[in-house]
Amino acid sequence: MSAPAAATPDPAGAPLPAPAGSGAGPRVRRSARFGWIAFVVFAVVVGLMALVPVTQSVGNINNLTQLLILIVMGVTWNLLAGYAGLVSIGLQAFIGLGGYVLLELADHNGVQPFLALGLAALICGAAALATSFVVFRLRGGYFAIGTWVVAEVFSLITAQVNSLGGGSGTSLNSLSYLEPLTRLKDVYWAALICAVLALAGVYLLLRTRTGLALTATRDDEDGARSLGVRSVLTRRIAFTVAGIGCGAAGGLYLMSNLDIVPSSAYSVNLSAYMIFIVLIGGVGTIEGPVIGAVVFWYIQLEFASYGAYYLIALGVLAVLMTLVLPGGVAGLIRRFTRVDPFPVGYTLASEEPTSGGAQGP
Amino acid sequence: MVWVNAVVQGLMLGGLYALFACGLSLMFGVMRTVNLAHGDLSVVAAYGSLALVDALGWSPFTTLLIVIPGMAIVGFLLQRVILDRALGVSALAPLLATFGLSIALQNLLLQIDSPDARILPIGSFGIGSWRISSQLSIGWFPLLTLGVAIVVLLAIELFLQRARLGTAMRATRDDAATAQLMGIDTRKMYALAAMLALATVGIAGVFLGMRTTFTPTSGSDYLIFAFEAVVIGGIGSVRGTLAGGLVLGVAQTVGAQINAADPILIGHLVFLTVLVVRPRGLFRSSVLA
Repeated sequence: MSAPAAATPDPAGAPLPAPAGSGAGPRVRRSARFGWIAFVVFAVVVGLMALVPVTQSVGNINNLTQLLILIVMGVTWNLLAGYAGLVSIGLQAFIGLGGYVLLELADHNGVQPFLALGLAALICGAAALATSFVVFRLRGGYFAIGTWVVAEVFSLITAQVNSLGGGSGTSLNSLSYLEPLTRLKDVYWAALICAVLALAGVYLLLRTRTGLALTATRDDEDGARSLGVRSVLTRRIAFTVAGIGCGAAGGLYLMSNLDIVPSSAYSVNLSAYMIFIVLIGGVGTIEGPVIGAVVFWYIQLEFASYGAYYLIALGVLAVLMTLVLPGGVAGLIRRFTRVDPFPVGYTLASEEPTSGGAQGP
Repeated sequence: MVWVNAVVQGLMLGGLYALFACGLSLMFGVMRTVNLAHGDLSVVAAYGSLALVDALGWSPFTTLLIVIPGMAIVGFLLQRVILDRALGVSALAPLLATFGLSIALQNLLLQIDSPDARILPIGSFGIGSWRISSQLSIGWFPLLTLGVAIVVLLAIELFLQRARLGTAMRATRDDAATAQLMGIDTRKMYALAAMLALATVGIAGVFLGMRTTFTPTSGSDYLIFAFEAVVIGGIGSVRGTLAGGLVLGVAQTVGAQINAADPILIGHLVFLTVLVVRPRGLFRSSVLA
């Protein structure tokens, strides 16, 4: 990942003026109060999640795999909407593509399925990079729909490839070398690794100069460009990373469900899910999509059987969250606790420690 | 002759797309936002018309007398209840809110009606045509659709160019803050633009329902077609939108001759090609820059 603004003076990307805790006067700092607690909690949760296949029932393992896939999707969508300022309703292009690339590699070319998962994610990243040269000609709402057209194109083309099952879909066979229970556990661990990689990857990306350039572009594109930020390149990087994340989610989805049909693998409903997850959790925060994924996953488990009513309620909820609580659950928690558990921005810490609270990025 | 026929049919199909695209173009032109529930609202209009046909025994054409003002009211409410607030939250909020609205509307229609395909009955007018040769005939109804599209789009263009209100609307688009200083009520302008846009959405929905079958989820397809027409024509140009709709219609019908399996795909590919080759559209904006 290159630093986009390396050649030009970039005040925000400059080294921290003074290490925290040295001397008087206002200073800029990143780490928040209780920052270490968030990491301990994160590590403990990941540790407990890693033990799920040993301790939980088959049904729970399967459900939690779905949760982890939702987390990957939410984190990915949030990277674009929350940090890059790009709302897309077409990321299902890379979710579907991830599934189909995995299928092609593993079933037709004999690649080890779990290796094929990684390759599929990377190929989706490359596809996203290529796509960006077309869709980045559009902005705002038109960008959102433009990516959707790309997803439709991928879907319609996939449906015409007979070796991939055409429009009626097909199944993944290359995982049948594993016992059903072993497959379930292995796919769960793969999903956990992907979720942790997605979270850690986005967190670390946002803490680099690229991340700073990304949020600067989001907040004021003209301003950022005038300071030498290469905003288009930065957004391209984010879109590529999003392609990788969606490819992994699509591959995992196929590995856990074994069936794939173009109409659902490339369904715009997947975008709806991503949007709900991020809106509920809190757009533009690291922990938001995780909270949102858990809430959405629970709602889905409990209420999906209500069909249309469930989706009407979700739609209305999305409208209300946008208008009334744009920060989502994470924003609400931050407002009351004034703690930013995973800081990616910088905050101005004045001499009084009382005002050195956390604020959103 | 097969190709001539394909082009002629495409132009008339394009008229319907232009009618759909006009509201999208207008709202983006004035407010710089995209209403993702655009297609679903047109389907709501089609269902509304169907309900009137069923209840009162009217012709679908007569229902336009109620559907058009009804949709204008919906536009006013959409603007005042959702979009005004969303515009205040962030630039992305209108997208998220209207996407949520889109999901809710689709499923509300599913719940009220059913997933079955519906059509608005217009009797023999729907199948009547002007037969020019054995391979070329022009349907009365598609021709009427094209005519209505041309009239509606030109009327909006004239309104924006000549009328005082149209000028005020363009001023709001160019610089809302300064327009306000000049005594223009920008909030009113936004509401008016939304009402006008939704009125055209109502016309488009009823014409869609008379031309072909629709389901609660048809709206997504027409949102995409409308969007493609706008981009092909050049974002912000009302005249371009008309041309964009026609290009898309022709691309789909000619595409059906080339690859009968997927005319829609050909339409998408033409759209992407235009985006790569002429990202500002075939017709650079005239009125709504």
